[in-house]
Amino acid sequence: MNGRKIWRRARRMGRRAFLVGSVLTGAGVAFGVHTAARRLPNPLRGDGVMNPWLVIGPDGPVVVVPRAEMGQGVTTTLAALVAEELDADWDAIRVIHGPPAAAYFNRVILRPALPFAEYRTSALVEALGTATEVLPKAMGMQITGGSTSTVDGFTPMRAAGATAREALKAAAAERLSLPVADLKTVSGHVVAPDGRRLAYADLAPDAAGRDMGRIALRPAADWRLLGRALPRKDMAAKVTGAAVYGLDIRLEGMRFATLARPPVCGGTLARHDAKAAQAVPGVERVLPLGGGIAVVARNSWAALKGLEAAAPEWETPADAPDTDAIHEGLARAISGGLANSRLVSRGGEPPADTPVLEYRLPPLAHATMEPMNATALFQGGRLHLWAGCQTPEIARHAAARVLGIAPDLVALEVPFLGGGFGRRLETDFVTLAAELAGQMPGVPVQLFFSREEDMTHDFYRPPLLARARIWTDAQGGPGLHLDLATQSVTRSAGRRMTGLPSTGPDKIGVEGAFDQPYALPNLRVRGHLADLPLPVGFWRSVGHSANSFVLESALDELAHLSGRDPFEMRHALIAPEDPSAARVLARAAQNAGWGQDGRALGIAFCHSYGTTVAEVIEVTQTEHGIRIPRAWVVCDPGQALDPGIIAAQMEGGLIFGLSAAIRGQITLTAGAVDQLNFPDFDGLRINECPQIFVDIQPSGRDPGGVGEPAVPPAAPALANALFALTGRRARSLPLQDMFDFA
Amino acid sequence: MAELRVNGTLHRIDAPGDMPLLWVLRDLLGLIGTKYGCGVAACGACTVLVGGVAVRSCQTPLEAVDGPVTTIEGLGQPGALHILQQEWIAHQVAQCGWCQSGQILQAASLLRQIPRPSDAEIDAAMAGNLCRCGTYPRIRAAIHAAAARLAAEGPAAGNADGGAP
Ligand code: FES
Ligand code: FES
Repeated sequence: MNGRKIWRRARRMGRRAFLVGSVLTGAGVAFGVHTAARRLPNPLRGDGVMNPWLVIGPDGPVVVVPRAEMGQGVTTTLAALVAEELDADWDAIRVIHGPPAAAYFNRVILRPALPFAEYRTSALVEALGTATEVLPKAMGMQITGGSTSTVDGFTPMRAAGATAREALKAAAAERLSLPVADLKTVSGHVVAPDGRRLAYADLAPDAAGRDMGRIALRPAADWRLLGRALPRKDMAAKVTGAAVYGLDIRLEGMRFATLARPPVCGGTLARHDAKAAQAVPGVERVLPLGGGIAVVARNSWAALKGLEAAAPEWETPADAPDTDAIHEGLARAISGGLANSRLVSRGGEPPADTPVLEYRLPPLAHATMEPMNATALFQGGRLHLWAGCQTPEIARHAAARVLGIAPDLVALEVPFLGGGFGRRLETDFVTLAAELAGQMPGVPVQLFFSREEDMTHDFYRPPLLARARIWTDAQGGPGLHLDLATQSVTRSAGRRMTGLPSTGPDKIGVEGAFDQPYALPNLRVRGHLADLPLPVGFWRSVGHSANSFVLESALDELAHLSGRDPFEMRHALIAPEDPSAARVLARAAQNAGWGQDGRALGIAFCHSYGTTVAEVIEVTQTEHGIRIPRAWVVCDPGQALDPGIIAAQMEGGLIFGLSAAIRGQITLTAGAVDQLNFPDFDGLRINECPQIFVDIQPSGRDPGGVGEPAVPPAAPALANALFALTGRRARSLPLQDMFDFA
Repeated sequence: MAELRVNGTLHRIDAPGDMPLLWVLRDLLGLIGTKYGCGVAACGACTVLVGGVAVRSCQTPLEAVDGPVTTIEGLGQPGALHILQQEWIAHQVAQCGWCQSGQILQAASLLRQIPRPSDAEIDAAMAGNLCRCGTYPRIRAAIHAAAARLAAEGPAAGNADGGAP
């Protein structure tokens, strides 16, 4: 699509195209053209600094991967992008996270917020997409999230390797008095035609600082590292106990602190027994923190015991909601007033007597295996932080605001993250540690949430209430009207992250439902927002995680209603709209042996974060209950940059989705979260885990994300399989409320 | 003053007898490879070996430790990895990694008791170890591979059998 066509199309799409939400382009315009064009300074100093992503020191190349390693393999794949062009040996490459810096802003983090179906508008989104780069750049949005790391890094990190390689060759050419064209690069050396070899480490001081301009990147056909399952850079450390996470930071004289905050939004501390806490051996201080208290001790155990002894009690707002009140709030949002969005609306209306199908999804906690924590030292007016954080630059600024100091006086180191799933996009644990450290200058302190504090003070996946009507029109065309009501993650998390309000249609509220490649002749999806007192945030695959369940369940119902096979109907609807997605779906059916025998199978499909995924799940009835013996995943991530890591993310995403589908739910009693620990909010265990067959089918377009896209189809594929097995249709989660699992 | 043998080294510990082994290891001895996940024996992240048998260190008071302790650091180190660690690497098991010390030590305990476990025996032994990242298929494969190698090569294939040093 050429530029003019794109803009004509944008105009045709009407005001919608420009109601992207002021949080995106409005704020972008406010920051102005100057910001957009500004070249951001390289935060790295010293010898051998080739560019913001690569340092070649005496011990070889060090790649700066300015994204959080939370298990998704980002340190490996982003380092491979640099190494591919650099011609360095994989084993010789070391990886560090590097400092927080605006230079590491995520170009594409806000792109998914554009209110278009991503699968069909890539050229349009490309054009408008540049507008969405302004805000991340201006605000230094160094963010690991939205399955964007490889999408964002694909070109700049390869370019970082390529320009460094050419700079090293240029330096070698001068030293050897040979034309650059005669030189080759092999295994970390520049090699002359006569066989002389100059090590990168020797050339680096000379090569650094050269501006090589634009260097053409190698075509995929020439790749040696990309496209292979590389040994992960973090693996050895993680199987020997050497990997250091936030909770593993140990500093000279460090104290350990844990905290309790009001269990209810808007609650306050009524009383606590500081004396009893201080009587616990090892406890040193009880300090106010985050509207509650922190107990500071010489070890974590003493801090936990001290907090128990302090026995804080709370005042609770009179109108604190129960779970039912939350769902009533959603019902009011659907019934009353104007919809927030209507991003797709075509075809006719359903017959008047079409029944309304109602779907309910509960809020969900992230429950990362490593509870929230951060370590802080406030000394001489400077703050040093160690935090496993997906938003280091935002966190650094937020911590500076808490202590009323300049952001320049705050340093932040990012160790490994023991799981993220979106939880560590928030900065609460970092600002709390800063607030605590501010009260005990000169003493490093590690603030950690107990599992109970972690689970009850999350920013939850919001609940969803959906109403669907399905029918077949006079021409035999399928029809689907969906109304989806939820809390706005964009508005609440967006404000926490940027300090800016957002308006306009909330795409997250309807993503996964309105934007899928189904050529339904009659389709309307409306989004409704409810303002409710439950803190909500980004949860792995965000809106898709809930909306895909509704869409893919309703489509299944539609297939059964019209006497069609659920796979065949989906395939017929997708094929004209997105042939490559149809191939993914067909492949999943084929791998699973769909329709070949009497097994109970369920299928679901979702395109998210640039990657198409279809999943088939098999269920069986055993004497102990229902089991899930096997599952098939087919994905098209555009490019299979590292098939090993992609497969792991598909397996993990499926399991994460199944955990939520089967037993995930957060409930409230008088405003307080009922689930405290893993016995109340558990994940799938190894004995429940199906055998998983992953099949990666890259179509060759630019890479999509892989951390999230396997999550959305898991719940509907399972619910659809359960329908095939039992004839009972689940329209609410968790599924354990309706079915007995073995 | 309690005496505690950890990874072959004898430590004198000045801590209350009811302090869980987890925090003794992490906060007093600096052995951070043992992880806190739940504190209530519900996740297995804190699993270590006592006398070669897997225990939840978050539920094991210091005074109840009745044998030598092996943590992930003591199971094997680069250059002398335990066979399970080798297979964990070969199968690229870990994602975030927070649960993995516990998974590996639980598996070491399993292989000591059942050298060639079936899928069902792996399920039974490993069901207490939660992995939120969903690495179970690879854990299963790595345990089978380690068991097969141990059967073929003998215990010398790894540096240790996970028992008491
Ligand atoms: S921390 Fe001990 S079992 Fe979870
Ligand atoms: S690898 Fe992350 S919890 Fe198991």
